Amino acid sequence: MLNFLKMLLTPEFFFSIIRISAPILFATLAAIVVEKAGFCNIGLEGLMMFSALTGSLVSYYAHSWVWGLLAALAIGVLMSLMMGFFAFQLKTDITLVGIAINMMGSGGTLFLCKVITNLTEGTSMASSTGLINSNLLIPNINIPLIDKIPFLGSIISGHNLLTWVAFLCCALTSVMLYKTSLGLNIRAVGENPNAASSVGVSVLKIKYIAIGFSGLMCGFGGAFMSMYYAAGWSLDMVAGRGFIALAAQAMGGGECLGGMLSSLVFGFAQALGIKFSAVGLDSNLASPIPYAVTIIGLVIFSLVRRSRAKKLHSAAALK
Amino acid sequence: MPDEKTGRLDEEYVVQMKGITKVYPNGVAANQGVDFNLRRGEIHALMGENGAGKSTLMKMLFGLEQPTSGEIWVNGEKLTLSSPTVAISHGIGMVHQHFMLVPSLTVAENMVLGMAPRRGLFIDHAKAVAITKEYAEKYNLHVEPEAKVMDIPVGMKQKVEILKALVRGAKILILDEPTAVLTTQETVELFKELRHLKEQGYTIVFISHKLNEIMEITDRLTIMRGGRSMGVYNTCDVTKEEISRLMVGRDVILNVQKDKAQPTDVVLRVRDVEYVNEWHKKMLDKISFDVRRGEILGIAGVEGNGQKELVDMLFGFLTPNAGTVTMQSENILGLSQQKLRDKGVALIPEDRMLYGIAGSASIEENLISDRSAEKRLNRGPLFNMKAIHDEADKLIEDYAVLCKSRKQQVGMLSGGNIQKVVVAREFSGNPLLILADQPTRGIDVGATEFIRKKLVELSRSGIAVLLISADLAEVMELSDSLIVMHGGKIAAYFEDTSTLTDDVMGEYMLGLKAQSEEEIRRVCHD
Repeated sequence: MLNFLKMLLTPEFFFSIIRISAPILFATLAAIVVEKAGFCNIGLEGLMMFSALTGSLVSYYAHSWVWGLLAALAIGVLMSLMMGFFAFQLKTDITLVGIAINMMGSGGTLFLCKVITNLTEGTSMASSTGLINSNLLIPNINIPLIDKIPFLGSIISGHNLLTWVAFLCCALTSVMLYKTSLGLNIRAVGENPNAASSVGVSVLKIKYIAIGFSGLMCGFGGAFMSMYYAAGWSLDMVAGRGFIALAAQAMGGGECLGGMLSSLVFGFAQALGIKFSAVGLDSNLASPIPYAVTIIGLVIFSLVRRSRAKKLHSAAALK
Repeated sequence: MPDEKTGRLDEEYVVQMKGITKVYPNGVAANQGVDFNLRRGEIHALMGENGAGKSTLMKMLFGLEQPTSGEIWVNGEKLTLSSPTVAISHGIGMVHQHFMLVPSLTVAENMVLGMAPRRGLFIDHAKAVAITKEYAEKYNLHVEPEAKVMDIPVGMKQKVEILKALVRGAKILILDEPTAVLTTQETVELFKELRHLKEQGYTIVFISHKLNEIMEITDRLTIMRGGRSMGVYNTCDVTKEEISRLMVGRDVILNVQKDKAQPTDVVLRVRDVEYVNEWHKKMLDKISFDVRRGEILGIAGVEGNGQKELVDMLFGFLTPNAGTVTMQSENILGLSQQKLRDKGVALIPEDRMLYGIAGSASIEENLISDRSAEKRLNRGPLFNMKAIHDEADKLIEDYAVLCKSRKQQVGMLSGGNIQKVVVAREFSGNPLLILADQPTRGIDVGATEFIRKKLVELSRSGIAVLLISADLAEVMELSDSLIVMHGGKIAAYFEDTSTLTDDVMGEYMLGLKAQSEEEIRRVCHD
């Protein structure tokens, strides 16, 4: 037991928490912004799958991770806007659109991967890991000076470019929501679309911007998965992160800081699961840990919210 | 700007709507050839029953709807008002009955929504607050710029709405039933503010059907009925009686005709009921009374003095902490609503949209919702559609529900017609006791009269009626005997309402006086 704790309290373990949290954080930001705009995009998982495939294949064919990343972002945004078109203009239920995207993200990406590799490589491949070499991965960034700090330095420095971007995006999203007129409009549209449209804010435009933003974040998340974390695309590689993000959004109270902390909690759970399997625990026991944490987290969250609402209620009654 | 038709300068009118007709795609003509005009700097009342077309007319002026035919002139310029944004740009602002505010944003943020002042990439919050303060001071509309809208009282929300219109350059303000949500004190304040705006040259449209308010605040009035204008009048030239005749097309009987009640045996017996709510406030304090066959027992009182809890308790929505309630000597406390209905209790709920109807279901479905299990409406496991259609058609006819067909969604009807659907269902189920909670709140004069007449009729046929109403005139006029509630207690009981005056009632309602226990005991007919 002590040995195991010793194993946990290493810089590598904390480093891995941050690393594992990054894609969840991307998806959580996506969930936060669409929730502020008044709807729920459950298709984050599928969007990330498409971006992951696109990122890895484009970087392979263009021989550049930059193009791969840009393509992943572009496909994320495009597909999310398409979701918006179906949901906002053709009036399909957004949940159904999300389910469709998730199903396509699973089987559809495998199909696309096989077709595309068959056309170009001569054999159809069930994953793109074989095509990706280390030059095509998004690079890690060492920060001079900080990496010299003992313990802390090795936790913070040396992270992947996209890990930095994730935490930067978290701050930027918060600023966008609360300090800019775009954010004000998003929050207004989400809470009372009639109020927003009565003062000339285009509800449709704001909703498109919000869902497009969620696509952009999923683009980052997908690229992170296939162009760094797993070094290549494979079937169902996002493994529920899009859904965990929805939980993180709720657990974080729909705010960026809370969402980030929740993402870290889930990152911690996943890192722990990996450690458990590393010390020989049956992977059937270890791998559900993150999902169990999700459920426990949501329960705690809703209990806290309920008691807070009750307090508010009774305070109002006393007035 | 010269008027095209007459060629004369028409400085007098800021708005002219000429021959406005609005036919909806479903064929309903909401407005037919309506003329409406506004003089600069007047307060103009737009009156009419629910469904008379006044909201539709104003929606067209505010660009929310477009007329099928007709012209709209603003400041001598013929306009196509294709959206609220266009209307706002021509100085027309509207304060909706249901506020168009975002609750979690601050007052200042709501003020500048859609036109937020910027500093670089960011919103200039300080400037938003400054703008709000400046307008609040200029127009004497006190608001708290930094407070969140969800934390401020209704009266202040309305001020924010008016300021929102003003800050966007509105010179013409349309107020849709602005006093419906306000307390008396807030209404007085609003009127002061409106007069202040009028003095500064603003033109105000005041949609309402409260006669007293119209007489007090407006200069002129346009009356609408059935989608047509019934003419424009100077407020000082017409009487309330004339207005109500123009609105409903006949003399409204302000005194419901009823013969003296002949109460017989006790139906509902309430004894020593006490209820303490979840915040430990005693809402019902030793309440005892009887309701007899053939009488209307009224319950008057300022809202929040236990009336709501009393009705909830009687219809099984809450359980009292002490006391007994019996109906024909059988306990009814703790019974389900279904059991209560089986025993003959009918309820006209205070909130008809929440408890009275299912808005998206059809009229027919709502009408049979309490009796759908009855044998005569079923054939084996399936509905007997023929019987159900007949039942619905009969009720629609008997209760004069204005609708296109029994298949129409109830939520699409006007308030008065929705209430008629509720009443039709509740009154036709052979009730023994009717709980009528604010039966005519917010509905038009015609439906109000209809429902009041029905209540009297049913009570005279031997049904016990308990009438709870915040409308003093209604409760005094309809009730045979009357209870006044104050602070969860019965403050007074009047065996005969015919000699009661408002002043006496007021003293008991506000707790200035209370009867002795012996006097109150008279309501128990042991």
